[in-house]
Amino acid sequence: MLMQRLLLSDRGGMVVLGIIAVATLLIPILNLAVPPDSPFYVSNYMVALLGKFLCFALLALSVDLIWGYAGILSLGHGAFFALGGYAMGMHLMRQIGDRGVYGHPELMDFMVVMNWESLPWYWQGFDMFWFAMLMVLLVPGLLALVFGFLAFRSRVTGVYFAIITQALTYALMLAFFRNEMGFGGNNGLNDFKEILGFSISAKGTRVGLFVTSAVMLILAYMACRYIVTSRMGRVILSIRDAESRTRFSGYKVESYKLWLFVFSSMLAAIAGALYVPQVGIINPGEFSPLNSIEMVIWVAAGGRGTLFGAIVGAFSVNYAKTFFTSWSPEAWLFILGGLFVLVTLLLPNGLVGLFNRFRRKLKHELPEEEEKADDESELKSGGNQ
Amino acid sequence: MTDNCHHTLWRSLSRFCLFFVFAITCSATLHAQDEAAVNAEVTEAPTFEELVYQLVQGNLRQMGEAVDALTELDNPRVVDVFDALGSGDLYADRSEPPTIAIRHNNGSTTEFFTGAPLLDETVAELRQVRINNRLRSQLRTLMAQLSINDESVDVRYNAVRRMIRDGVDEDTITLLQDRQRIESAARVNGAIATALALYELRSDQPTRRLEAISILRGSLEREARNTLRQLSENDPDEEVRTAAENALNSIAGKMRFFRFIETVFFGLSLGSVLLLAGIGLAITFGVMGVINMAHGELIMIGAYTTWMVQQLFPDLIQWSLLIAIPAAFVVSGLVGIAIERGVIRFLYGRPLETLLATFGISLILQQAVRTLFTPLNRSVSSPDWISGVLTINPVLSITYTRLYILIFGLLVFAALMLVMKRTSLGLKVRAVSQNRAMARAVGVRSSWVDALTFGLGSGVAGIAGVALSQITNVGPNLGQAYIIDSFMVVVFGGVGNLWGTLVSAMSLGLINNFLEPYAGAMLAKVMVLIMLILFIQKRPKGLFPQKGRAAAD
Amino acid sequence: MSFIRQAREFGYRAIPKRDPNFGANLDTSHGPVLYVEGITVSFDGFKALNDLNLYVDDGELRCIIGPNGAGKTTMMDVITGKTKPDAGTVYFGQQIDLLSLSEHQIARGGIGRKFQKPTVFEPLSVYENLELAIAGDKRVWSTLLKDLTGEQRDRIDEVLHQIGLPKHRHQLAGALSHGQKQWLEIGMLLMQSPRVLLVDEPVAGMTGEEVEHTAQLLTSLEGKHSVIVVEHDMAFVRSIARKVTVLHQGSVLAEGTMDQVQNNPKVVEVYLGE
Repeated sequence: MLMQRLLLSDRGGMVVLGIIAVATLLIPILNLAVPPDSPFYVSNYMVALLGKFLCFALLALSVDLIWGYAGILSLGHGAFFALGGYAMGMHLMRQIGDRGVYGHPELMDFMVVMNWESLPWYWQGFDMFWFAMLMVLLVPGLLALVFGFLAFRSRVTGVYFAIITQALTYALMLAFFRNEMGFGGNNGLNDFKEILGFSISAKGTRVGLFVTSAVMLILAYMACRYIVTSRMGRVILSIRDAESRTRFSGYKVESYKLWLFVFSSMLAAIAGALYVPQVGIINPGEFSPLNSIEMVIWVAAGGRGTLFGAIVGAFSVNYAKTFFTSWSPEAWLFILGGLFVLVTLLLPNGLVGLFNRFRRKLKHELPEEEEKADDESELKSGGNQ
Repeated sequence: MTDNCHHTLWRSLSRFCLFFVFAITCSATLHAQDEAAVNAEVTEAPTFEELVYQLVQGNLRQMGEAVDALTELDNPRVVDVFDALGSGDLYADRSEPPTIAIRHNNGSTTEFFTGAPLLDETVAELRQVRINNRLRSQLRTLMAQLSINDESVDVRYNAVRRMIRDGVDEDTITLLQDRQRIESAARVNGAIATALALYELRSDQPTRRLEAISILRGSLEREARNTLRQLSENDPDEEVRTAAENALNSIAGKMRFFRFIETVFFGLSLGSVLLLAGIGLAITFGVMGVINMAHGELIMIGAYTTWMVQQLFPDLIQWSLLIAIPAAFVVSGLVGIAIERGVIRFLYGRPLETLLATFGISLILQQAVRTLFTPLNRSVSSPDWISGVLTINPVLSITYTRLYILIFGLLVFAALMLVMKRTSLGLKVRAVSQNRAMARAVGVRSSWVDALTFGLGSGVAGIAGVALSQITNVGPNLGQAYIIDSFMVVVFGGVGNLWGTLVSAMSLGLINNFLEPYAGAMLAKVMVLIMLILFIQKRPKGLFPQKGRAAAD
Repeated sequence: MSFIRQAREFGYRAIPKRDPNFGANLDTSHGPVLYVEGITVSFDGFKALNDLNLYVDDGELRCIIGPNGAGKTTMMDVITGKTKPDAGTVYFGQQIDLLSLSEHQIARGGIGRKFQKPTVFEPLSVYENLELAIAGDKRVWSTLLKDLTGEQRDRIDEVLHQIGLPKHRHQLAGALSHGQKQWLEIGMLLMQSPRVLLVDEPVAGMTGEEVEHTAQLLTSLEGKHSVIVVEHDMAFVRSIARKVTVLHQGSVLAEGTMDQVQNNPKVVEVYLGE
């Protein structure tokens, strides 16, 4: 019953999750067990890259949940991602211990540079993994709770919400750039040594992080799927389409928005926490408003309002980014800018919408005799989805 | 003989050169030079440059004579010679006639008479012209005498202040007293009074000291404060100590007042920048409801247009800003119309999509500027009339740039108000923004109005860029720095209300400047953002919300 | 203190301030179910409502007419909590002060509202639309975790028949005709089991047959619910009205049966001019 609700009625999701699951099983083997000169070998670079993309996909999922389903455009999700990342980064920093450049047993290098005497209170406890993980969820969740409470209560919606969330992440960026904040200022947190006792640069650790990200993504997908197929999911949809009507039907719209906003912020935070050990650094740049708006375009490009569309979008846009920035960094901003315009003007439902339109067209127009065979196989593969 | 001949030839040549250079620089100089030349021929008195040669070549006694003789000449460049000599910036080499050069504060060295740059070899040969203390103080008095009797009030005022700073002695006191008798400008008179009072403080009669203290009560000069402080601690006379103490307190109060005025001015100045940045947005976002994330880039385009104007007309730097204003309006306005026609018009009624699409445009524009003009900042020069400082009193001085931008911001605001309230375009804009279908029904071509309105808002952004080019770096990221602030201004003021935009820009500027001394620039900004977010809680529709049925949904 | 109150209102595990379904055991011992007294609302100096007084009896079907701008919609906004008036009181039964409650509380308490423009949730099916509107626990966690009870499903079927859309159960609401959407919306009001239904222009844009069907639907509700209908269509009002209230410039101009109202010289003047 639950299986039916979560998966079987969601063919696109099944395909995407299937691919991710297969990749999660295969890539560790292809990276660890296959010799590097084999054509099947998956390089360390590729594992790191895909691991990063998985985090982005999780982040896109969180944006899609709030924007695609509830119609709330948050331009501040980068802030939750970065806060999650900082919480994880703080744990990893505490793990360095006395192996820093200045060899101080407790203080971070940047604190030594600033002549700090002792560890500030908000760094306490982060040496414990469970506490850090709790903070990964609690800090962004609390921020979302307070901010969302204030915003939704005064019925700040639409572009206003978008702008004040952007201002939020901008304010946080300015704050984290300050050295006195005690988060490493401009340089952020880096030079991590190990996570849960495993060396952070070891091959096995990288694969482990990759698998964790994939599993996390699949779990998060299921959770989101559970939400959108529940009665609550339908309430959220109706809030998106007719907020006032929903209110007059007796729903406390603010509570729903707030609940979803907090949940979504926590997903983003998890993504950030998984991202940081894989890239080895977190700095205030992650708070930049550009980042937050970029993740919105992943969702828009993939197809907002379908959960798997967000994942597709995150992978395809980021793959394009990797490809084009290595080809010509100048071209990438043109392409990204063009993507914003193109998607909003021509592809309101993103790649998923394009694919569906294409498939419908195939179904409706009876194929010509010669093309029939091709189309049938196409349809069949579509049917198998 | 040949040598002498050569000498004369060179001299007349150089005189011709001087004549020529001065003719270009200013006619007053020409006149003076002419006169000097005539004098030279009639009375055989030494000319200006002869005296200068004597000054750099002679021994100390000859130098003193040359200085005295120069004082008699009515040549405006005498001040320059004295100034350079007094501060050790006058150089000469051993050749005959010597090359005379001035070293400037920025480290460059130029030929004294023509202002031409010098070859490195020549510079290497130069020696500083040395003077002794007696000559230096003679120079100072002469300089003071020259500048204190200058025609410009500013020069006179600064001369008196310099005397106050350097300490008043018997020589200067007579100068000051002479000037006081004929001085008409209140500002200069006040400064002279301060200077005289400072001198009086050294008197050994307590009554005269007390009288001087009562004059200094209102003075804001640092010298006055320092002397009073010493007096309040060390004066043998009890009464004088108390009087000095009281005077210090009253000065402190006055300073607090002027500091406050200064903060207010800086706040308003920042406010005018915010106003300029936000006012275009108040049209496109506030009145039309179009959310344009590329607004900052339109400002940037305006700033680059200013730069382009200066590149195209390098001879017209003085006029460049006035040319740039209409140019930037047109360029940014056209780019805005292109954006509206090309993208935004397909997205009316879908604000979130508009936001994303225009953000994409902003990325493209930024990158385009980076590709065309490189990512480096461009330096836009400021015309002379806009640079400089307006010194109102020793504590309060205002840069002309900020003053002009404040005035300019208000002018642009007033002009825009007129356009919106008094012209038919304004009427149509308001009609379309309130009820598109109805406006169309009564014959307003709404799509045409949309394009023009958007062009207007964008053009105003371009004008803002001209103003901003004078106070910030002109680079591809210029726009990004202002976009969030601009939106905050519009949202804070209440969407669709130009007056609200004015009030909110000014109050945000003021709040920011009053917070800054306590919190530091960055934290002040963060605090303003947080305050805004909280403010939106209380008044979700801004300071001056639109009311009525239409606003309810 | 007020923060705690707000937090509680907002909270997921709210301590119920009072029975959320307070409409069910309402004190209507003095007759009227709704007391609107001395309400004034002004927008920028323009008085949309001016000292409006209106009493609606339990189970009554009341029609409200009036020219454009008479304040009909604003009156509904005030009753349902969308607009807070500048002066006046609105009581639901003897004890419940509606002005102190928010929109969703008023809706849960038993006052349903149909908008002028039909607003159904178009991407959802007819069944899901009714499911959304159903009376019951509407807090976040319960909608996330609990499915409908059998009783609630039966109630949906019942209403589906009442509004005449049993065949359209799984159709998307967006695909319904204009008239069907209006009925669906009335059905959604019924799902809330309200004491009072506020129905704004239910027959605008309907065919004659649809108007008749709507009239039947509304009159069938009389007695079980109080129904307030705002309508321009005089023929329709005549066909269903027992008691008619005429609004003009924000206050009540006349009240009575259709005939009484139509012969009232003031009403004639307002509607026809001189």
